[in-house]
Amino acid sequence: MLTPTLPETKPIKLSVRDMAFSYGPKKILDGLSLDIHAERVTAIIGPSGCGKSTFLKCFNRIHEVAADVNVGGDIQIDGVDIYRGGIDVVDLRRRVGMVFQKPNPFPKSIYENVAFGPRLFGVKDRATLDGIVEDALRKAALWDEVKDRLKESASGMSGGQQQRLCIARALAVNPEVLLMDEPCSALDPIATSKIEDLIGELKESLTIVIVTHNMQQAARVSDYTAFFWLGKLVEMDLTERIFTTPRVQMTEDYITGRFG
Amino acid sequence: MNVAVPVFRRSRTSKVVDRLMRGVLWAIALTFVAVLILFVGAILKQGWPVLNLGFLTKMPETLDAGGGIKPQIFNSIYLVVLSLGISLPVGLGAGIYMAAYAGQGRALRFLRLCIETLAATPSIVLALFGMIVFVQAMGWSFSIRSGALTLALLNIPVITRVTEVSLLAVPRELKEASYGLGATKLQTILKVALPYAATGILTGLVLTAGRAFGESAILVFTAGTNASAQFPDFRLTVPGETLSVHLWYVTSDGTLPDAREIAAGTAAVMILVLLTLNLLVRLVDRAIRRRTR
Repeated sequence: MLTPTLPETKPIKLSVRDMAFSYGPKKILDGLSLDIHAERVTAIIGPSGCGKSTFLKCFNRIHEVAADVNVGGDIQIDGVDIYRGGIDVVDLRRRVGMVFQKPNPFPKSIYENVAFGPRLFGVKDRATLDGIVEDALRKAALWDEVKDRLKESASGMSGGQQQRLCIARALAVNPEVLLMDEPCSALDPIATSKIEDLIGELKESLTIVIVTHNMQQAARVSDYTAFFWLGKLVEMDLTERIFTTPRVQMTEDYITGRFG
Repeated sequence: MNVAVPVFRRSRTSKVVDRLMRGVLWAIALTFVAVLILFVGAILKQGWPVLNLGFLTKMPETLDAGGGIKPQIFNSIYLVVLSLGISLPVGLGAGIYMAAYAGQGRALRFLRLCIETLAATPSIVLALFGMIVFVQAMGWSFSIRSGALTLALLNIPVITRVTEVSLLAVPRELKEASYGLGATKLQTILKVALPYAATGILTGLVLTAGRAFGESAILVFTAGTNASAQFPDFRLTVPGETLSVHLWYVTSDGTLPDAREIAAGTAAVMILVLLTLNLLVRLVDRAIRRRTR
């Protein structure tokens, strides 16, 4: 009932079944089931505090760094359970990259930021690193702007450039999935539209899940949209359907700004 | 429905109080700086006439005037380096453990309390501990090694605490970014957290070095009040009188006719060394910041 109905040619990349998430005694997500298709952009929308970001962070288990959390149900990547399937969390995080709400480049040079990931995995050869860095920066549509100042500190860049650098940094370890947690919320409209264009290009080869507060953004960039409310999935469908003919009244009310 | 909108005006008194506080804080700061300048000025003024190449490069005399402080300068630096060589790895390791590995439980709070207590322990207590353990029980007598180890006890809690605090101040976003790329905990600490915390740790390290450099009580009881007749004497088993101990010793012993001059010169040398040390660290710190921020 909550899954889209159009014939989909792309395989399921991430599959979530009956997922629950609690942080200590506090239940944040409950009874979630949905599928995310490869090489599509899936947007997660919903009011603040509905568990969107938490949901996103479950895919690369980054929340485990900060606190003791409890994840129930099943989350699979390519059919393998990421919590119990014997997956190495380090390898999982390489495969499932993340771009955060606030640009968070390392206080290092532009080059070193992008080379950070490959270096973690033992790439030492200078020529190989140079190639990876250039390729990642090109994919993030940043190469032309920074190719002459790769040695300069990343903190001297504009917010939009920093965020694209963070995308390049994530791309440098060749991920299969890119999680984006409100990647434009700290950016101006021009920088935002650059990131949105980029999302359109990246989905050619990546599965993208993006959390956003911005309805127009969800409508512009995504193929699928899932609407969350109070830790539950209300409705998920093709984006154009969610925004034109949602099946649940609450979805329509939220999208048209009647609540939330 | 009309609601009377109040006129929001800043009250007069709040402006006056604001200005008054600014003045008061300025006065306090100025007084402090003035006292500092007077203090350093007085020491340098008294010590200046004594400071010459001979004073810095001659061996000390025991009964006659005109002795130098060459071995004391060497011993001061040697002991600071040795004690930091012991306390830096231990303190750094303990600080990393507390910031990143220890669980956030009662045990950690207790450990932190212990470290803070140790940091606040009067140095004379550490001095007597060092004398009983290293000088007497271990049979090392008054020696460089007894002094260096006891001095390390003084440094370790401070370095531990500074490391912990600096690491905890690393923004969560940076650690998340690192983990998000597939870094392990150790990689995150070594490649992201420590470089970020480096300036804080470095500052703490210099304060520690300065304190160790000026420490007297501990060294009187563990490194002794004699300097080796050889120069430079790197042996760990010989007594090693430092500048501050020498300063105390010549003035309280009273056998030297020029004890006052020697003390004044020694104090001036110490102040100059500490000033240089601090300036040097400022430069290094600025260089690190420029490179990484």
